[in-house]
Amino acid sequence: MGKIIKVSGPVVIAEGLSNARMYDVVKVGEKELLGEIIELRKNKATIQVYEETSGMGPGEPVLPTGQPLSVELAPGLMGAIYDGIQRPLNVISSIAGDYMTRGISADAVDRKKEWNFQPKLNRGARVTQGDILGVVKETELVEHRVMIPVGLEGEIIDIYEGPAKVEDVIAKIKTKDGPKEVTMLQRWPVRIPRPSKEKLHPEIPMITGQRVLDTFFPIAKGGTACVPGPFGSGKTVVQHQLSKWSDTDIIVFIGCGERGNEMAEVLLEFPELKDPRSGLPLMDRTILVANTSNMPFAAREASVYTGITLAEYYRDMGYNVSLMADSTSRWAEALREISGRLEEMPGEEGYPAYLSSRTAMFYERAGRVITLGSEKREGSLTVIGAVSPPGGDFSEPVTQATLRITKVFWALDAPLAYKRHFPAIHWLLSYSLYLDDVENWWRSNVGDDWRSRRDAAMELLQKESELEEIVRLVGVESLSSKDRLLLETTKSIREDFLYQNAYHEIDTYSSAKKQYALLKLILNFHGLAMKALDDGIQLKNILALPIRGDIVKARFVPEDEFKIAFGKIEDGMKVQFTKLGD
Amino acid sequence: MLKDYLTISEITGPLMFVEGVEGVKYDELVEIETPTGEIRRGKVLEIASDKALLQVFEGTSGIDVSTSRVRFLGKGIELPVSLDITGRIFDGFGDPIDGGPKIVPEDRIDIGGNPINPYSRNYPLDFIQTGISAIDGMNPLIRGQKLPLFSGAGLPHADIGAQIARQAKLIREEGEFAVIFAAMGITFEEANYFISDFRRTGAIEKAVLFMNLADDPVIERIATPRIALTAAEYLAFEHDMHILVIMTDMTNYCEALREISAARKEIPGRRGYPGYMYTDLATIYERAGRIKGKKGSITQIPILSMPEDDITHPIPDLTGYITEGQIFLSRELHRKGIYPPIDVLPSLSRLKDKGIGEGKTRDDHAGVLNQLYAAYARGKEVRELAIILGEAALTDVDKNFLDFAETFERKFVSQGKNEDRSIGKTLDIGWELMSALPEAELKRVRPEHIEKYMRKAYSK
Repeated sequence: MGKIIKVSGPVVIAEGLSNARMYDVVKVGEKELLGEIIELRKNKATIQVYEETSGMGPGEPVLPTGQPLSVELAPGLMGAIYDGIQRPLNVISSIAGDYMTRGISADAVDRKKEWNFQPKLNRGARVTQGDILGVVKETELVEHRVMIPVGLEGEIIDIYEGPAKVEDVIAKIKTKDGPKEVTMLQRWPVRIPRPSKEKLHPEIPMITGQRVLDTFFPIAKGGTACVPGPFGSGKTVVQHQLSKWSDTDIIVFIGCGERGNEMAEVLLEFPELKDPRSGLPLMDRTILVANTSNMPFAAREASVYTGITLAEYYRDMGYNVSLMADSTSRWAEALREISGRLEEMPGEEGYPAYLSSRTAMFYERAGRVITLGSEKREGSLTVIGAVSPPGGDFSEPVTQATLRITKVFWALDAPLAYKRHFPAIHWLLSYSLYLDDVENWWRSNVGDDWRSRRDAAMELLQKESELEEIVRLVGVESLSSKDRLLLETTKSIREDFLYQNAYHEIDTYSSAKKQYALLKLILNFHGLAMKALDDGIQLKNILALPIRGDIVKARFVPEDEFKIAFGKIEDGMKVQFTKLGD
Repeated sequence: MLKDYLTISEITGPLMFVEGVEGVKYDELVEIETPTGEIRRGKVLEIASDKALLQVFEGTSGIDVSTSRVRFLGKGIELPVSLDITGRIFDGFGDPIDGGPKIVPEDRIDIGGNPINPYSRNYPLDFIQTGISAIDGMNPLIRGQKLPLFSGAGLPHADIGAQIARQAKLIREEGEFAVIFAAMGITFEEANYFISDFRRTGAIEKAVLFMNLADDPVIERIATPRIALTAAEYLAFEHDMHILVIMTDMTNYCEALREISAARKEIPGRRGYPGYMYTDLATIYERAGRIKGKKGSITQIPILSMPEDDITHPIPDLTGYITEGQIFLSRELHRKGIYPPIDVLPSLSRLKDKGIGEGKTRDDHAGVLNQLYAAYARGKEVRELAIILGEAALTDVDKNFLDFAETFERKFVSQGKNEDRSIGKTLDIGWELMSALPEAELKRVRPEHIEKYMRKAYSK
């Protein structure tokens, strides 16, 4: 047992911890607050404590646990709401009341609940790490696949079927070190990535139903994206939309240093939300990790690792998982705060020199993989991290460190938000490096010419920004009819395609096919109009065509009707242009 | 029996070291007795073996190393509370300064405050009417929200703060409403303005004032907002009251924070402010909210003056990341003589969507809000265009919007310092202004609302 010799906020120094290893968890003080060893110097250990240390002083005991900071993995994770070190907030509120009082511990997964375990393998089968031993229906939407723990290999000598609690033995494995018991409850240290067999190239897009993202700046399943947003640019709404609509099986949402009221909204709203495909509650396939800005920052630092480890666990089962972390800047600030208390030599803006390597290591845990196990199972983990650059200045270290590693950049833009253009993702500043990778998917599942249409629209938008300069100087009157038509078309792209109302029941989600068809409508009108101009028809007559009103309304057409409705618009367009020509 | 230590080894700025101490805990409250017998208070910032680092709230002047005594009280800073605190004026540390009797405490509460479990929070849903159109109509304040006023030197944020304090009320529901006012480093004149305004209007009966003035100890300011919020939590969550906390000026608070950080020789973040300022501010702002199963609520209006009107300065920037929007005061409008000079375009109330509409304010509220916003934004764009091209070059519709922007500022935003507009009145003014625009341009309001609220009253 060790003894505290110094307390400075959440950083505590203790001596006499023999055999202490880096990143071991210790229980600090009389209240037994959880902490993690982050520095060892001779017989002195520096400990980062995950709770408020008020009232703690030298001489109090420190108990080593001999374990690194780990999460519990078992059925019962789905639908849970955890803090940064996987304490279930709902359980805590029922035992400790409305405030986070200190020293409270609760099991991350319910020990008493019985699950119906269905074995997938028989006695005598040879198994290796990652093999699916059996399944449990965790929620209506998620089948929990119980895997052979990492590092275990041998022959099943006993396997159980029927109701079991997470700590009950469900199988016995004969290994070369003797028989081993397997339970549904497993642990994994959060700072170590869970292994997989092979990393694959991400090439299937993650469809989010958000037109500006899917069509213009797609992210692949297993990819990484960065969403920087100055405050007031609608970042939170974008993240909520992604959680609701992304076509992944599992969602892990990390509220890292978020606003309490916003987290409350998520906590109150998510259970009400229906999964668009099944009509069941979205919480059935969601895990929330909530460490609001006023909760201890040391736990905030751990929260992103807790979240990503849970996500990796479901990836290993063969699911497509998406993880959202809002905001990684708050995580970096926690890192800076701890580094400052350790009196480390600071790098840029006081952030520790290891900021970018830590950031890179975190994002590198994303990917599309062949998981462990003898069958060839594929899973993916997509990571979307929000950053909050101070003053909207993208040159600051956290944004820069993130941009170096992520492949997609969704540039949320405050001026766009001021203009009430939502999602306020700037089409000229954003980029996606997955365009080439996902092209095949779009080609074979949606439309042959997806890429060329997308590029054509981008080119028009680029042209628009150039023309706007001219308009600002000499007025719109001085432009040629063709340029004015272009401005009308890009206005249509912006207002009828890129603009999407998250609160409108239909507009909130567009399938890939609808997105493609909608863009096609706008571009086809542009094409016909260009031709009409060539034929000498006046621009004002083209712009007066009633079909333009139908294009404006097109995004509100329900998913099951759009094919017919858009077909009618296409036909109407041709008819009206023909009439113009007569 | 508390032990007195005579072992002060070092005093620098607001900090001092005491050696040879035993059993001292981190964050503990400390009393320091100066050679003249005066008692100062401080807290433990760091404790290493037998050496404690203290931060002295009331300043270190007059404290010496040889004869000053230090007592560790074994507890954090506590605020004595009872229902009698309403109507009273306290200093920045919670001691009465209005000449009234001492508070007989019903309870003593640690001012640090524990974070609310996010799971126990209830989402803010109810509209608070401030009687100011630019806030109620365009950026409504919701019960449980934290909505700062971003101001600058010379702008009338004090008037607006006082007006909100006077006029704020719930319109749908009965409930006891009280204002807690926390002053940090403001001048005597400003403080006097608030106190006499509260007295004049009788608002003082339902208010609690905590005053740390410009000449009061700087470090005391670190405690003032926490003390005010502890009182707020007591009234809101123990006594079911709806509390509006007005804190002015947060810039002074942050400067006090910087002063301590500098004295501790910490590595500074942006502009010398400590790297933990975000977390520190969050522990203040996040004490706003509602709790499931409790009737009361805490709504915060922090006021801060932006140095050089710079919204990217760390104080407004970090505040904006924590609070749910901001009310932005504009020097340009102020120069035009418009009171309150609220620029609605960069202002934002993030929680408005769920707090307005039928059953909350009025069915047309969202539509009117969006339409006025869009029309004013366009009007301002045209105004810029007109400067370059001249008004003659504008189209008729553009001229319409140009006029709209002008009347919007003069009639909608502008109002008297004692004018308390109901939300109905605010929205009606909105319709009156919109009636001057071509109806085809009113795309954000529902046609049935145009029929109901505009055509009858303002048919052209």
